[in-house]
Amino acid sequence: MSLRRYAARRLAIGLVQVLAVVTVVFLLVQALPGDAAVALAGDNPDPQRIEQIRAAMGLDRPPLERFGEWVGGLARGDFGVSLISGRPVAEFLHDGLGPTLVLAVLALVLLIPLSVLLGVLAALREGGPLDRVVTTVTVGLHSIPEFALAVVLIALFGVQLRWLPPTAVGADLLGQPAVLVLPLVVLVARPLCSISRLVRAGMIDALASDHVRHARRLGIGVTRIRFAHALPTALAPAVQQVARTTDWLLGGVIVVEAVFVIPGLGTVLVDAVAGRDLPVVQGLAVVFAVTTVVVNLVADLLVFRLAPRSVAIA
Amino acid sequence: MHPLNRRGFLGLTAGLSIAALAGCGTAEPVTSASTPRTGGRLRAAFAGGGAKEVLDPHLANLFVEAARSKALYDKLADLGPDVSAQPRLAEKWEPDATLTRWRITLRQATFHDGKPVRADDVLASYARILDPARAFRAKSSLALIDLPNSRAVDERTVEFALKRPFVEFPNVLAAFGAYIVPAGTEDFTAPVGSGPFRFVSFEPGKSVLLKRHDGYWEGAPHLDELEFVIANEESARANALLGGQVEYAHDLTPTTARGHAAGDRMAIHRAPNSAVQAFAMKLDRPPFDNRDLREAMFLLADRPQLVESVLAGSGQVGNDLFGKGYQHYADDIPQRTRDLDKAKFLIRRAGAEGLTVKLDTSTAAAGMVEAATVFADQVKGSGLTVEVVTGNKDSYWADTLKNGSMSSFRSGAMPIETHIAQRLLTGSGTNVTKWARPEFDALYDKAVSTVDDKQRGEVYRELQRSLHAEGGYLMWGFADWIVGAAPNVGGISTAPANTLDWARFDQVWLG
Repeated sequence: MSLRRYAARRLAIGLVQVLAVVTVVFLLVQALPGDAAVALAGDNPDPQRIEQIRAAMGLDRPPLERFGEWVGGLARGDFGVSLISGRPVAEFLHDGLGPTLVLAVLALVLLIPLSVLLGVLAALREGGPLDRVVTTVTVGLHSIPEFALAVVLIALFGVQLRWLPPTAVGADLLGQPAVLVLPLVVLVARPLCSISRLVRAGMIDALASDHVRHARRLGIGVTRIRFAHALPTALAPAVQQVARTTDWLLGGVIVVEAVFVIPGLGTVLVDAVAGRDLPVVQGLAVVFAVTTVVVNLVADLLVFRLAPRSVAIA
Repeated sequence: MHPLNRRGFLGLTAGLSIAALAGCGTAEPVTSASTPRTGGRLRAAFAGGGAKEVLDPHLANLFVEAARSKALYDKLADLGPDVSAQPRLAEKWEPDATLTRWRITLRQATFHDGKPVRADDVLASYARILDPARAFRAKSSLALIDLPNSRAVDERTVEFALKRPFVEFPNVLAAFGAYIVPAGTEDFTAPVGSGPFRFVSFEPGKSVLLKRHDGYWEGAPHLDELEFVIANEESARANALLGGQVEYAHDLTPTTARGHAAGDRMAIHRAPNSAVQAFAMKLDRPPFDNRDLREAMFLLADRPQLVESVLAGSGQVGNDLFGKGYQHYADDIPQRTRDLDKAKFLIRRAGAEGLTVKLDTSTAAAGMVEAATVFADQVKGSGLTVEVVTGNKDSYWADTLKNGSMSSFRSGAMPIETHIAQRLLTGSGTNVTKWARPEFDALYDKAVSTVDDKQRGEVYRELQRSLHAEGGYLMWGFADWIVGAAPNVGGISTAPANTLDWARFDQVWLG
């Protein structure tokens, strides 16, 4: 099967997956106790008022009818409007996507070169002091949960030393890049370990592999062997991990968003679920499902380019 | 490929570190907060609601929306520090002898677009809130107004017709969300009000920027600009304040307040009697249909311990009555204290020894689960067992209204009359304790048709005496509302949350 046909088939399956995700999300939100009217009515609400809100939102109509209407709208590219504010869901997605993309792209720009560099250096000095230091530090970072690292960094660099802004509250992310430093450190810390470990392991395997040994026998220069022959094979397993990390980042890392006050997709999702704002939740489910499908497809195609033999395209 | 990546990476980190350096080292000299000074921008951090956030003052629900509405708009009346109605856009109000027709004289005030606030704007705003097809929060309070028979006498005089005599009508004018908007307004993307600040820009879920309205009827605010920023996490609001990113952090926990009270980077402002903390017992079903058992529960609560542990000392003990410190509060009723022996006796007399009672709670409001746990512990050894059941927080209030026999309860400030009308009459919409007594209803009707202040106060006391003796609310404490501010911020009031002076920024200045 050609690469193009493979991609087309994967996309078709992806479409079915997205629809399945949206349906499951709809059912799950229906199963949650309370609805948007209850959530909006607040403390000590009058049941009569809840009924009025329900009628005003159209929540008194059968769920299946509302779901059908929403799916119909989606086919036309219409995500619907928020139950609570009446603003188009597309606006929410657009507003949340900006900060999430900024964080995800910058995190990947830092993460990929850094983890490849560390992985390769550690592999070339396998068992040496550098390898041990890199291993200790990255595994150490990996063992700290995001929120704990965030809290410590804020307390130290934001509040105590005042070197960096502790939060991004009210800030324009690109206009005041200082607010991004601590969140990026937190986002990069854990994946740095998993990816650099994979690169290291892949590199060690590749350097010991038959084709590298053969290249060495042919008298090709050490640098060329390392970077032109061994590295691409070594990167293949790491690409899948990078894809998983990308998916995680594009989903809006809620812990980081909450602690640093960055209103990205994660924040939009949490607010929407708490408010039982079903159209917004569904809109986000579509975005997350599409992201997952696309990112994984790209990763598979990339691995195929890097190391054709490691992917079996049936 | 490789060198480009490395260069890009190095360039980026260099850029970030320069930006980081530029971001700090701008510490301003701390000046005095004692004398009002004009100018500056105050940034205030509140929790927000993302999707829920709107600028329509009639839809306001969250604290940040209430604070923004107050900055942009006015009500005819609002609640003073003793939670009684004070004239605002209404200069004065005069009822007729039947208490069913009220003549309101408006102040000479202008909207931000320069147009005067007229009687027609008032009637149109109330008509919008009362629209049968919509569900604005102030609707139930305003339902008393007979709008078709109300009229504009002249530009600055409104005559309201009421459906029944009601001497507390000013409480209605001060209802949450009963703001006056220019007649015909439906689009609130760039709101125009008569409040102390005018609109500049809005990014939902992120920030709202306002600037001084020089023509404000009560005098222009001290601040040039006021920016509301959203930070949902309490720790983020505190950190932003400590890091100098905001000058005002709304709604902090007692723990944060305790930790920073002695420091010089955050001034703590406490507003006492802002929120009542309670347990609600339902009177229409076993086991609390038994009066002895209710009294036993009242006597089992160790209130000072609850205040100390749940509120971290940031509050006062309650006496099972709403509205400590508010107008008409019955402060002559002796304070209840723990009496284990009497409680044991009452439990035995009620035949409830060995009984297990479920106490429904949730994290819907701060401190509720903690209070339930501490109380369950205090009940031990009385012959009764309290089992804490933690439910879903999003549907908590709707659930506890119907189900269970005992639940955690919390309420913000409102006039004592409003508390009774909404929660303690036979037909009340949010009657959690199911307190329904015709003689109590009759006494309430008498109170709200008694013109003489002193006599009316006496009727309110009588109502409270019966609630204290037999009611279903175990109101154990009143939580302080805690706000943090930069040390140079002056003019922050300590009036209870939900009243006029709470989160009121036209009186605030940067020293």
